Amino acid sequence: MSTTIAPTPKVGTAELKVIQDATCTFCGCVCDDIDLTVKGHSITEAKRACVLGKAWFLNHEVEEGPSCLIDQKPATVDEGIERAAQILASARYPQVYGLSDSPCEAQRKAVAIADWIGGNIDTTTSVCHGPSGMAFQGVGEVTCTLGEVINRGDMIIFWGSNPAESHPRHFTKYSLMPKGLFTPNGRKDRTCVIVDVRKTKSAKAADIFVQIKPRKDFEALWTLRALARGIPLDAAVVEAETGTPLEKWQELMDKMKASKFGVIFFGMGLTMTRGKHCNSEALLALTRDMNAHTRFVAKPNRGHGNVTGADNVVSWRTGYPFGVNLSKGFPRFNPGEYTTSDVLARGEADAALIIASDPMANFSQAAREHLARIPYVALDPKDTPTTRHAAVAFKVATYGINTGGTVYRMDDVPIPLRPAFESPHPSDFEVLSRIEKRVKEIKPRQKA
Amino acid sequence: MSATFILIPGRTSKQGCGISEGKFGENYQSEINTLQVAPEDMQTLGLMDGDRVRLTGEHGQIDVAIRAAKDGELPPGLLFIAYGDLSSRLMGADTHGSGMPTSKGMDVTMEKIEA
Repeated sequence: MSTTIAPTPKVGTAELKVIQDATCTFCGCVCDDIDLTVKGHSITEAKRACVLGKAWFLNHEVEEGPSCLIDQKPATVDEGIERAAQILASARYPQVYGLSDSPCEAQRKAVAIADWIGGNIDTTTSVCHGPSGMAFQGVGEVTCTLGEVINRGDMIIFWGSNPAESHPRHFTKYSLMPKGLFTPNGRKDRTCVIVDVRKTKSAKAADIFVQIKPRKDFEALWTLRALARGIPLDAAVVEAETGTPLEKWQELMDKMKASKFGVIFFGMGLTMTRGKHCNSEALLALTRDMNAHTRFVAKPNRGHGNVTGADNVVSWRTGYPFGVNLSKGFPRFNPGEYTTSDVLARGEADAALIIASDPMANFSQAAREHLARIPYVALDPKDTPTTRHAAVAFKVATYGINTGGTVYRMDDVPIPLRPAFESPHPSDFEVLSRIEKRVKEIKPRQKA
Repeated sequence: MSATFILIPGRTSKQGCGISEGKFGENYQSEINTLQVAPEDMQTLGLMDGDRVRLTGEHGQIDVAIRAAKDGELPPGLLFIAYGDLSSRLMGADTHGSGMPTSKGMDVTMEKIEA
């Protein structure tokens, strides 16, 4: 893969132009068929984008204000690079975190910095599908691309996922509506099942809606595993545990076995609920079991635009997808020990580099309080609670709108970005490249 | 009077749009600061849209405005709130060796805050 990013097109302030097949990086669907009408430094129309995509494109004009703040006071980017490098190079246990809204090229730089300063590298995956990442290692992953779902999928199950609100084009572009090679009639050739603890907006699209008791995903999945193997179950126990009668589970299993190509898309209803990786393991094991009867695959529905890229980049650079420690000179993986929420909540990190994420708004109170006590560097295109507490805050160009690069769709397919207009702010790739260079000057590698 | 519920924080499209518009904007703030309650529970507890309630969990406490969930979206006993600052204040720090704090399915008590 190239280590440089495609140059951004220079667009005059009054020039009107159309960028065809631009890539939306709001969610993991990474739709790459958006036609953008660009006028000067703003996008006036985003054809084919969903409600989230439109909000993404139409609200990322050039942000006013300086590109860098040091201690919340305006500073030059040069001054910010120097201060950031000094903070990171002098830290004893720094945490590098975020990355799910950065292109792969910038993610590589973040890993390089973490490696050089001997810190932890972690991504927002750890508070997203990190438990699923652990489950992949434990159970394995029977998987496919979204292209195969379009062309083959005839039994589409969403478990603990609400794509109608989180991935609005999922149904129409990938999973329910498209007409494919073996699904020539589109929606008519598919059965849609939604399993959730509440009747979400996605439930309206379901042929079968199964409402289970909260925190009973594991029990429900193991009920299906037993039925897949023909193991007799006590109907009263099943209904008491899952909230759904055994006969309804049996009816679902019969349809699953009768399908030709089943797909289970699963969301954070599994990973954020008690059980976490055990829930994901149960779902992946069910998927594996179903292949004794027919073809079945599972895919996590990924949230941020390049969170899948973060998994890939950190994996190919360190061997592990998230929660990696590099302080010994070699990578060690241990969720719960090196993951950011834990490191901060235990008060261990003495500095941090936060890239395109907002732990100051989304982490536990203990983690937030510790982050507020330590010096940290934040990169984000927007003003957030995290940038407002940073020792050094860089306002960076928005990936996919102002800068090019590569992102990974939720099915691990790499997609190029087609930027619309130039930003006066530096890209995260540029800022991280300069921090890496300066850190290496300040802190030469020690000989083993 | 307080009652026990299970809180499910989650995504909404309005919250997602609000992230792009800006986290300090009105749309985002109103979405993450509104708790959805099943109409049956509203009736039982004598609550109205716009009332404020106090949620108390094992790890924190928040005060939040409520509105009735759309009919049938929430079963009685379940509460829903869009992910954000308030929902995260109820999370514990322990990730049980996974890196992920328990962020959904939290036990809380809810009581009305008298004006």
